[in-house]
Amino acid sequence: MHQDYTITHLKQLESEAIFILRETAAQFEKPVLLFSGGKDSIVMAHLAKKAFWPAKLPFQLMHVDTGHNFPETMEFRDKYVAELGAELIVASVQKSIDEGKVIEEKGPRASRNGLQTVALLDGIEENKFDAALGGGRRDEEKARAKERFFSHRDEFGQWDPKNQRPELWNIFNGRKGHGEQFRVFPLSNWTEMDIWQYIKAENIELPHLYFSHERDCFVRDGVIMGVCDFIELLPGEKVEKMVVRFRTIGDATCTGACLSTADNLDDIIDEVAAARQTERGTRADDKRSETAMEDRKKQGYF
Amino acid sequence: MSEDNNSGYLDMDLLRFTTAGSVDDGKSTLIGRLLYDSKAIFEDQMEAMEASSKARGDENVNLALLTDGLRAEREQGITIDVAYRYFATPKRKFIIADTPGHIQYTRNMVTGASTANLAIVLIDARKGVIEQTCRHSFIANLLRIQRVVVCVNKMDLVDWDEGVFNKIVDDFKSFASRLDNIVDVTFIPASALIGDNIVDKSKNMPWYQGPTLLYHLETVYIGADENHVEARFPVQWVIRPHSDEYHDFRGFAGRVAGGVFKAGDDVTVLPSGFTTKIKAIESMDGPQQKVFAPMSATITLEDEIDMSRGDMLVKANNRPVPTQDIDAMVCWFSSDKPLTGRGKYILRHTTKEVKAIVTEVCYKMNINTLRKIEDDLTLNLNDIGRIKVRTSAPLIADSYKSNRITGSFVLIDELTNATVAAGMII
Repeated sequence: MHQDYTITHLKQLESEAIFILRETAAQFEKPVLLFSGGKDSIVMAHLAKKAFWPAKLPFQLMHVDTGHNFPETMEFRDKYVAELGAELIVASVQKSIDEGKVIEEKGPRASRNGLQTVALLDGIEENKFDAALGGGRRDEEKARAKERFFSHRDEFGQWDPKNQRPELWNIFNGRKGHGEQFRVFPLSNWTEMDIWQYIKAENIELPHLYFSHERDCFVRDGVIMGVCDFIELLPGEKVEKMVVRFRTIGDATCTGACLSTADNLDDIIDEVAAARQTERGTRADDKRSETAMEDRKKQGYF
Repeated sequence: MSEDNNSGYLDMDLLRFTTAGSVDDGKSTLIGRLLYDSKAIFEDQMEAMEASSKARGDENVNLALLTDGLRAEREQGITIDVAYRYFATPKRKFIIADTPGHIQYTRNMVTGASTANLAIVLIDARKGVIEQTCRHSFIANLLRIQRVVVCVNKMDLVDWDEGVFNKIVDDFKSFASRLDNIVDVTFIPASALIGDNIVDKSKNMPWYQGPTLLYHLETVYIGADENHVEARFPVQWVIRPHSDEYHDFRGFAGRVAGGVFKAGDDVTVLPSGFTTKIKAIESMDGPQQKVFAPMSATITLEDEIDMSRGDMLVKANNRPVPTQDIDAMVCWFSSDKPLTGRGKYILRHTTKEVKAIVTEVCYKMNINTLRKIEDDLTLNLNDIGRIKVRTSAPLIADSYKSNRITGSFVLIDELTNATVAAGMII
C-alpha cells in the first residue's frame, strides 16, 4: 500500500496562503496588510502570524476607515493589533473629506464605501507601500473571480482586468515599474465556508457582531440594517428589535444583517451550509449596478 | 461540551480540476449543474443571472454570467480569462479552473491546467473526437495532468446510443495512446442539460455501469500527484526574530516542493553543497514530525549554514545537478512580442530569479495535429514549442515530468515586467 500523503482542504488552503504571504514579504520592499477587523482580515492576520512565527509580522497593518464603523469592530481591532504587537496605520476617509479630496454623498442612502479608494491610495502613497495584502476572495463577487493572487496596479492604483499577468504553478511575478504597486490576495481560493471552518479549527477570536445578538434594526430595500448614527431613516421605516448577526462587517451604512439565532461557530457553519444567499447579498454597495465591483476596482478599490 | 455535529470537514481534501470548452459544447451547463446541485449557486446569484440573461435576450439562464463578470466579457459573451469556481461536497472541496476552449485561448488553458489534478475533456456526442478534443488533451498531457475524464455530453441527442459512446471511447483511446503523462482516463456518457450521470445516475443508459461524474470527482485518488520521493525545499524567506526568547533562531521558511522532510534528516544546501541535519520543523502550534508537498514549513538546521532565498534544501542522498543549460517546452503568452532565438529575459524558477537567453527554438507544435513545425521557428501568442535556454546562474531543477514545481519556470520581459512564457523543463 502507498503511504497516504493527502492533507485536508483547510491545510492546503493554509499552506497556499502562507506561501503567498511569505512571497509578498520577500518580493516587495514595503508591503502592508489591510486590516478592517472583519473576519477575512482577521484570518489573514492569523495566517501571517503563522507564516513568520516566532518573528513578528514583517509588515505594518492599515485600516481604511470610513468613520462609519460599528463600535464593536473598533474595540476588537485595537485589542487585536495590541496583542499582535504590530503597528496600525489608519487611512481616514473623514480626512479625505476634510481635505476636499472627495465629496461625501448626500441623502439618506449616502455611503462612504466608494470613497475608501481615495483614502486607500493616499495611505499607500504617503507610506510608500508597494504592495497591499487584502482579504478578498474569488467566490465573493464576479469581478473578484478574475483577480490574481498578485494583482498588478499602475501608478494610479488602477486594475486593468484585460491585461493581467498569468499565474502558473507556484510562481508569482511581483516585478514592477517605478511607482506601480500590487494588491495581494492570499485568500483567493477560500470560500465563506472555508473561512468559518478554519476559524473553528484554529479557534480564532472574532468580533461579537458575527454572532447572534439582539439589536435595533430597520429594513431597507429588503436588507436588514442596524440602527446607527450614520444612517437617516426614510419615512415609513420602523425601528424594531431583532435577533440578528452579520455575515460580513464593512461600513455600517452598507452592511446588512441577517436574522439568526446562531451564537456559536457550529451553528454558524450549519447556517452557512444551508444559506441560499451569498454573503455579499447583504451588501448594498454591490447592488448599485451589475459591474459595481469591477468599476470600483478599476479605480483602485481593494 | 457538545460534540461537533459538523466536523466532517476536517476529513475533506481538495481536488483542483480544469475544464476547457466553448459555449456550444455544453460546458457552462455542465458546470452549472455541478454547482447548482451541490448548492454552490445562491439565490441572489441566480436572480441576478436570470435578470441579465433576460436583458440580453437569452432563452435560458446563461450560467456563464456567473463568473464572466467583467464588463468586456458580458458585452462580448465570451470568457477572456481563467474563471475560478468553487464548490464542495461532504467529501471534498473542488476548485474549477474554467477556461475558454478556442485555440486563441491556449494560454488560458495552460494557466488553468498548471495547478490541476484532473482535466475534464468535453465531447459533444454528435461530433465525436474533433480537433478541439485533441488540443485539450494535448494541453492536459503537456501540463502533466495525470487524470482525465472524457465526458461524452449530449447523449440525449443521440438517443442514448451505446454504440455512439463506444465509438468515441475507441477513437479517443487510439489518439491518447501517444499522451504518456495521462495515467487514468475515465469515460462517462452524460447529458448535462437533463442531468444524466452528472450528479444522479442515468435512467436512460442502463448499459452504463460506471460512476457518475460527481461520484468520480469525489472519489478519484489524488494522493500520489506530488512527488513524495525526491525531497526539495526551495527557501523563500529566512525567519530571524531577534527577540530575547528566540535569540539564535534561524528558521528557513518555504513550501515543500517534493519528498518528505523529518527532524534528524541529512540534508544538503544547494548550490553551496554544505551538508547538515534538520534540527526541527517548527510551527506556531509546536514542532511537526514531518512535512511533505505541498505543505508550508519552517525548518531549523543543526549547523549555522549560509542559506537564503533562492537556495534549495535537498536530501544528501538525492541531489539534483545544478545546471545553466535547460531544454524546455514553452507556451508563449505575449501578444506584443514574439519569441525568436537569442531573446533575453528574466527567468523565475521556484524562488530564484536569473537572467536567461533563449539560445535556440527547436520546433513549434501544431497542437491540433500534434505534428512538429520546423520551418517556422517564431513563437507567437499561444504557440507551444521546444526551446533551449542558457541562464546566468545555475538552476536547481528537475524535469517537469518528475516534479511540476521544480520543473517549471516563467519568462519575464525585462522592459515591461510582463510574464511572457510558461516553461516545462525536459
